[in-house]
Amino acid sequence: MEFGIVLFYSTNAALRLEKSLRSQGLKCKLIPTPRQMSTDCGTALRFQWIDAETVNASIETTSIEVAQVARI
Amino acid sequence: MKPVIYLDNAATSWPKPPAVLEAIADFYRGIGANPGRSGHRRSVEAGRVVNDAREAVAELIGLGDPLRLAFCSNATEALNTAIHGLLRPGDRVATSSMEHNSMMRPLRALEQQGVIELVVIPESSHGVMDLDAAEKALGSGARLMAVNHASNVTGRILPIAKLSRMAHRAGALLLVDGAQSVGSLPVDMESMGIDLLAFTGHKGLLGPTGTGGLAVGPGVDNREFRPLKRGGTGSRSEREEQPDFLPDKLESGTLNVGGLAGLLAGVQWLSERGLDSIRRHEESLIQRLIRGLEGVDRVTIHGAGSLDAQAGTVSISFGNLSPSEAGLMLDEEFGVLSRVGLHCAPSAHKSIGSFPHGTVRLAVGPFTTEAEIDRTLEAVAALAQRA
Repeated sequence: MEFGIVLFYSTNAALRLEKSLRSQGLKCKLIPTPRQMSTDCGTALRFQWIDAETVNASIETTSIEVAQVARI
Repeated sequence: MKPVIYLDNAATSWPKPPAVLEAIADFYRGIGANPGRSGHRRSVEAGRVVNDAREAVAELIGLGDPLRLAFCSNATEALNTAIHGLLRPGDRVATSSMEHNSMMRPLRALEQQGVIELVVIPESSHGVMDLDAAEKALGSGARLMAVNHASNVTGRILPIAKLSRMAHRAGALLLVDGAQSVGSLPVDMESMGIDLLAFTGHKGLLGPTGTGGLAVGPGVDNREFRPLKRGGTGSRSEREEQPDFLPDKLESGTLNVGGLAGLLAGVQWLSERGLDSIRRHEESLIQRLIRGLEGVDRVTIHGAGSLDAQAGTVSISFGNLSPSEAGLMLDEEFGVLSRVGLHCAPSAHKSIGSFPHGTVRLAVGPFTTEAEIDRTLEAVAALAQRA
């Protein structure tokens, strides 16, 4: 399965996005940020890449600040 | 021994809903990890508790972006964060004479250090703010208006929306001490025009002590804040400087997560019951108490307002009987727990003419009953005969 990852500046933002995605029934998981990606915030959100469009739309509508959305 | 009638809810609410106590125990039993730091499942669950509490409080107080709410240990810390964090040399601040020392002392300290000019808006002897004097105190170019929402001494509610319009016209921000109102009275930052709201978790919100926060409205530039504390936030860990965004900028060090689990349960309890119905309950009890007190000879009621301007608190005194004596008798003989003295608000007592002896303060809560009010009135009547 292919995954995507959302990186944040703050864990508070990660928790907010996770809640929003889960309320839409999306499968996602908060994980420790992979060291090679960023050291900004210790928590990242992993999701299934097929949901990338929904994830991006949620980031847009909730105005939650993210550092990066990437495929892993 | 007589059953206790707890009328000290303005100091801290009691009892707490059972769900609050269970939530605290459940957190330490089942989660117990540090939020936002470690990334493992328990750490994430702890983070969810904090986030849920943040969202729940933000919704209750009408703050659009929950991330603009920074938790801290109580309203005192929140007020200090706002006052020391935002005020700069030469700023003029208008405050009321009815403030608690958690507002007055940090303001007076900055005044004495020559940092700010402080204008105290006078009140009538009934504890009613003089709105013309408020306008004058703001003048043009005041930086901040800093006032309580409801007095911890008299229970009098200030017309916050009106004061906000006045403050904004003068170009000032409005800081509100919501210690006596959040969770007990309707508070909506957006419609009331509150820029900064300090609250505590252990009074109207029915959570444990050691919880509280500062809500920062969209009109305040968070880059202007100097945090009271700097330290670990779980974010921007590669940098040795404090992050500039909210809430991290104002939330250094591990939060009281167990306490916030309890606070969340308290807010959920309030939402299920409906804040309106709790307010109606407390309003009817305090009116019953005030009407009863009005009929007792040698008892003076200090600064009580009309129905819509009165929180669930009232201050009284007994002719020749000092508040401290009266409070002790109420406790020992009648099981009525009040708070006597100056209530950390010397300026307020000077305003209503009860300085330096203070008053006996009675404050109802969501669990207070009519029968308890009636028994309190009997106790007051018995004491008044000795005054």
